Amino acid sequence: MSGGVDSAVAAARAVEAGHDVVGVHLALSRMPGTLRTGSRGCCTIEDSRDAWRACDVLGIPYYVWDFSERFKEDVVQDFIDEYAAGRTPNPCMRCNERIKFAALLEKAIALGFDAVCTGHYAKVIEDADGNRELHRAADWAKDQSYVLGVLTHEQLKHSMFPLADTPSKAEVRAEAERRGLSVANKPDSHDICFIPDGDTAGWLAEKIEMTTGDIVDESGAKVGEHPGANAFTVGQRRGLKLGTPAADGKPRFVLEIRPKENKVVVGPEALLAIDEIRGIKVSWAGLPISEVETGAEFNCHAQVRAHGDPVPARAWMESAPDGAAGSHLVVRLEAPLRGVAPGQTVVLYQGSRVLGQATIDAARSLQRAAL
Amino acid sequence: MPAYLDHAATTPLTGAALTAMTRELARTGNPSSLHGSGRRARRSVEDARETIAASFGAHPSEVIFTSGGTESDNLAVKGLYWSRVAEEPSRRRILCSAVEHHAVLDTVEWLERHEGAAVTWLPVDSEGVVDLAVLEAELSRDPGSVALVTVMWANNEVGTIQPVRRIVDLAHKAGVPVHSDAVQAFGSLPVDFKESGLDAMSISGHKIGGPVGVGALLLGRSVKLTPVQHGGGQERDVRSGTLDTASIAAFAAAAEAVAKARAGEAERIASLRDRLVDGVRERVPEAILRGAPGEARLPGNAHFTFPGCEGDSLLFLLDLAGIESSTGSACTAGVPRPSHVLLAMGLDEETARGAQRFSLGHTSTEADVDALLAALPEAYARARQAGMAGHESSIQTAGTVARQALHGN
Repeated sequence: MSGGVDSAVAAARAVEAGHDVVGVHLALSRMPGTLRTGSRGCCTIEDSRDAWRACDVLGIPYYVWDFSERFKEDVVQDFIDEYAAGRTPNPCMRCNERIKFAALLEKAIALGFDAVCTGHYAKVIEDADGNRELHRAADWAKDQSYVLGVLTHEQLKHSMFPLADTPSKAEVRAEAERRGLSVANKPDSHDICFIPDGDTAGWLAEKIEMTTGDIVDESGAKVGEHPGANAFTVGQRRGLKLGTPAADGKPRFVLEIRPKENKVVVGPEALLAIDEIRGIKVSWAGLPISEVETGAEFNCHAQVRAHGDPVPARAWMESAPDGAAGSHLVVRLEAPLRGVAPGQTVVLYQGSRVLGQATIDAARSLQRAAL
Repeated sequence: MPAYLDHAATTPLTGAALTAMTRELARTGNPSSLHGSGRRARRSVEDARETIAASFGAHPSEVIFTSGGTESDNLAVKGLYWSRVAEEPSRRRILCSAVEHHAVLDTVEWLERHEGAAVTWLPVDSEGVVDLAVLEAELSRDPGSVALVTVMWANNEVGTIQPVRRIVDLAHKAGVPVHSDAVQAFGSLPVDFKESGLDAMSISGHKIGGPVGVGALLLGRSVKLTPVQHGGGQERDVRSGTLDTASIAAFAAAAEAVAKARAGEAERIASLRDRLVDGVRERVPEAILRGAPGEARLPGNAHFTFPGCEGDSLLFLLDLAGIESSTGSACTAGVPRPSHVLLAMGLDEETARGAQRFSLGHTSTEADVDALLAALPEAYARARQAGMAGHESSIQTAGTVARQALHGN
């Protein structure tokens, strides 16, 4: 329980459904005061008190579990390492994969619990054989299935999302009010919980050594200098301070970051359109569909951001060449996506069902490839 | 009814205290007022003062009522430090045991950070007893620079009793005043303020069957103390604030009952404690009793570390089984930290995380102990399993799937 309204209402519904519920607040730092102050984050003392108060009202025990070491290693350090390697990670997904539905779940199971229940907006469906599928929440605007796309079948078997069918967030707030939960009107949390003021670039600048380097255009010609390639993200337009204007006079965008060469590649907006994605570290949310085994092509929708629009796509699994172990996912987008960066996660859907996810290793623009 | 084994946190209100409290709550009168109602309230407060003084070997004028143990500790440590420094600015050293309750520990640290105090943390041995040789050496090293010595009478976590009389002798020989936090000790040990020679001693109502929110600092009549809380000048001008007649009367009622029954109760509780310790060792041979053995620890205290598990997992599982215990130390943010007491006793962090305190009191019975002994083996086995969890993940995640795919199995 983060101390927010969603997890409080999820807990209330689980209690009402007759489950034996215990509230657990994750301590993700040994010094909560050094993280966010105020009520927007997930790690402050105030948030811990809010979660505790909700448990008091629900009449359930409350515990703080300290996963700060694991969090630091698996989420925060991973975040820094990914940026240092020129990729754009999603720390919330990493936290779901390795902390909430792994370290925490494992401890819970050992203590005799059956499942981790959270306030995520997503739905778990069980088929006749007891196999679990992950689906979008009823309210697609609040849907959080994207950040849960990383869960495996085993993790889904021990997951519970009571807010799945809630028509809207407003309804959840009204329910919290009705139940006497004081967090009913607490603002939503945003951004990344371990970055105190939301200034990701500033935070990263303290952790990653930045050295000045060249900004080049799509042809490789130098058009400016940057203070450190790692502070840039694909699709970024502002703050480039380019000395040489584009030939057509139109604004230019970050197309690519090359950490090894310490270069930032810029170009016209049209070249941001990505047509094909190569994904590694593939996992399936539930049992994989049959095409995964056969390598056959399948129709799906691809989504690359938590609240980005899904686009129609065709995808298939491709074996590594020369008989090497492992295989990767290829996603051909039928409508191009803008600003796709390596390190981001692509989640595949069929209708409301989440098929699985992969980490984007390469994003290809057909137009750029043709240059 | 759960088996309540957390009397060191707070112990149930005694009947006598409840009677005194409700009687006084129904009446009006500020003890500082001069009219009839005020006089009646004042009579209750002064009766209580005498009762408490008589119960713990103090003169009535040495009893300063406070809101509890934490306030008494703050008042004694800050008040003594400030008054000693005011008299002689070079007296800035505080000699403090490394196993103090946070009410003393954090106060001393605050004085170090904000008021120029120089702190020497007195080390303890593996049983938690303060090293007198170090105290003696520190006192003889420029005795004129020491503001005060503060060492608790008995430890709240592991129950170890400190050699208070000898500490006082050493300090007084060097002309240094001594404060002791006796909150855990005064209800179950023969605590006599005068005999102890202490200059200041903290006690608290709810640890002996009185209400929460009232306590006292026993302060020698000649000891000078700078006040912390200013106002109307109540309590020898050392602790201002309207006196809480009802709580004070209830505290005194509890103190009187405790003092009368103490010897017999201590023996009864100690034998229950021994039954608990023997039973735990028999059922979970891995458990290690921490603190001093037998007579050298509080009669109601049993403290163990359970290898391989986290204290709060064990606490949770015991709570589920209807047994109420404690990990021994609390933290406001709720983030479980290994106990500074156990670390000072030489334990490593991992061992210290497996701590569990069972504390007995006036309502404890054999049935409470037996309920714990019945539930403990399974709870320990499960907590141990949970303690292993998280080191090497056995849950299949996207990461483990990717690794397996890469290694082709």
